[in-house]
Amino acid sequence: MKIRVISEECTVCGECVEVCPIAAVKMEDDVAVILDNCNFCGLCVTACPVEAIEMTREDTAGSADKESHRGVWVFAEQREGRLAGVAAELLGEGRRIADGRGTDLTAVVFGRGLEGLAMELVTLGADRVIAADHPVLERFHDDAYAGVMTSLAEEYRPEIILCGATVQGRSFFPRVAARLRTGLTADCTELDIEEGTGNLLQTRPAYGGNIMATIACPNHRPQMSTVRPKVFKAAVPDPGRQGEIIVRTEWGDAVHTRTRVVEIMKEAVQTVNMAEADIIVSGGRGMGSAENFGLLEDLARALGGAVGASRAAVDSGWVPYARQVGQTGKTVCPKMYVACGISGQVQHLVGMQSSDMIIAINRDPEAPIFKMATVGVVGDALEIVPLLTKALTSNSSG
Amino acid sequence: MKIVVCVKQVPDTINVRINEKTGTMEREGVPTMVNPYDLYAVEEALRVKEQHGGEVMVLSMGPPQVQDALREVISMGVDDARLLCDREFAGADTLATSYTLARGFARIGEYDLIYCGKPAIDGDTAQVGPELAEHLNLPFIGFVRKIREVRPGFICAERMTDDGGEVVESSLPAVVSVVKEINEPRLPSLRGKMKAKSFEAVTWSAADLEVDRERIGLKGSPTWVVRSFTPEPRGGGEILAGGDSAEIASKLAEKIRELGVCS
Ligand SMILES: Cc1cc2nc3c(=O)[nH]c(=O)nc-3n(C[C@H](O)[C@H](O)[C@H](O)COP(=O)(O)OP(=O)(O)OC[C@H]3O[C@@H](n4cnc5c(N)ncnc54)[C@H](O)[C@@H]3O)c2cc1C
Ligand SMILES: Nc1ncnc2c1ncn2[C@@H]1O[C@H](COP(=O)(O)O)[C@@H](O)[C@H]1O
Repeated sequence: MKIRVISEECTVCGECVEVCPIAAVKMEDDVAVILDNCNFCGLCVTACPVEAIEMTREDTAGSADKESHRGVWVFAEQREGRLAGVAAELLGEGRRIADGRGTDLTAVVFGRGLEGLAMELVTLGADRVIAADHPVLERFHDDAYAGVMTSLAEEYRPEIILCGATVQGRSFFPRVAARLRTGLTADCTELDIEEGTGNLLQTRPAYGGNIMATIACPNHRPQMSTVRPKVFKAAVPDPGRQGEIIVRTEWGDAVHTRTRVVEIMKEAVQTVNMAEADIIVSGGRGMGSAENFGLLEDLARALGGAVGASRAAVDSGWVPYARQVGQTGKTVCPKMYVACGISGQVQHLVGMQSSDMIIAINRDPEAPIFKMATVGVVGDALEIVPLLTKALTSNSSG
Repeated sequence: MKIVVCVKQVPDTINVRINEKTGTMEREGVPTMVNPYDLYAVEEALRVKEQHGGEVMVLSMGPPQVQDALREVISMGVDDARLLCDREFAGADTLATSYTLARGFARIGEYDLIYCGKPAIDGDTAQVGPELAEHLNLPFIGFVRKIREVRPGFICAERMTDDGGEVVESSLPAVVSVVKEINEPRLPSLRGKMKAKSFEAVTWSAADLEVDRERIGLKGSPTWVVRSFTPEPRGGGEILAGGDSAEIASKLAEKIRELGVCS
């Protein structure tokens, strides 16, 4: 056992029971008891006011040659020859981490004819760009992306690799981590270097955002994270910057792929990608019909944002599932989230509660969404939304 | 065809009551449930069986109480289940979990297709599926929202991408992780419920799986939780109410401009 209650210290205050997300602590007459389903999240250790809970771990074997790993890498995702928004964010954050570690920042990009993208990555802060050029890499393939990334990581031995928590990143990056036999922290929202150890501290939400966990990978290298889009500030391009560009074209077996993309389906109506939108206008059951979602599209257009929805609106068939925000839909964190006719059930909130600002329009003053709202409007969304669109468009020119 | 579905039991933190007075979660006796995404995976597997015959098996790693979750999926029509259960498995991160599950698959032996849920809602990493595929050296298709065709040796599936979707083909066996849109999981059948009553999954321990002990549980987990904390509850802000809609709308427009998000 690696977690124990020091019974002489325990004051039976109950803080640990209160804080455990999975009910793995029980209070007996004179001492707290940790149950078998404990998953070592450590919340009780931090919560205990008298330091009566002790968690120890034996050191894991780890990578033998930790010291030989150097440099910070970011994977710069491209789609159809354009960098995904998250690439510039990773470069901004990667630069900060690399400076903190006193090391270089490398951007890795996959595709064909990558000179233009490589230059762009240098202006965004990369000291070095490794461009993996191959026809198979032009589009995303799990096997080939994982193969090439693994072989590069084995050759250059970076200390840290960051990748966007996009569909691509969350598909192939775990495979790379498993092949390198190292840790991977999913969907991080905060990164830091720990003083003293120099370890990467990766903070992410868990249990639907009810808990934040800071995770380290102390004994294995590289340290890998996928990073949630829209959390970090995008690097500002500096056209004067210089950097090294390495183009690699020979990949042998690394680009071998067992899956084949036979058709691409572009989403017809929506042009703005929800994961990368600064503003999301979302509607719920309160919008009443598919036609009324047109009002939200107008508002989204006026604000330069994307349209999202609650599950109730998706289940009613008003909006495609790809637009659903929440526990069984997408997690988004735009700068501004406008919730129209959404009650704010916890399953919806977990998908949008980290938005910078939340605007809620709801008829019911008791709707739970108001507890989250930066600005709440009690009123009829069907009336207010079109008026708001008008107010925003008429005055924005003046 | 033999389809194996990875199912995880998760704490039902979502349905936990909020204490009205303190505004904190009531955590006493948190109920558990089957990870909702895994139910979509189970449903999809049952559909393959209906089409091609064969068997649906569920594999899970976790403490003994996971038997409850397994009974739940048995009641939906799953044929059999295996539980990887050992104190030594506890504290596993995704690398150790996927390795342990992979050893479970080695013990199962033959299978045509593995379904997973996209994420488990507790950790929400969505990493176990692709990591499992790597350990088993199988192709992986993630974020699948529709299966177009499955037959022995072949699958054609539609997956979500950040800007739409893609149709992907693969040889089998493969690991496929599914999202919610894919189907509506069926309710338990009467026959299934009868079977579930007395069902007890065969459990396999670390010894049964012939695992490398350095690669399981807390010991085999490169990632460590060094700190966890509850985020500051987000306070409600300003409320605009009363007055006519036009007035409210223009006040709101002004606020939005003040917030400075858009031009
Ligand atoms: C396992 C599980 C997973 C789930 N996953 C998700 C998920 O991913 N995403 C998600 O959203 N939900 C999810 N849910 C469902 C969730 O619990 C809620 O049912 C859902 O979010 C409710 O959507 P809603 O707010 O649009 O509808 P309602 O709760 O019906 O709320 C409608 C609101 O609109 C207001 N209203 C009505 N008319 C007007 C008007 N004219 N003007 C202004 N306001 C008006 C009403 O006052 C009400 O507050 C999940 C549930 C479960 C059990
Ligand atoms: N302990 C486990 N037992 C069985 N399947 C699991 C386990 N953990 C994760 N999985 C599977 O992997 C998927 C993704 O889980 P996660 O990577 O934890 O988000 C889940 O939906 C399950 O299908």
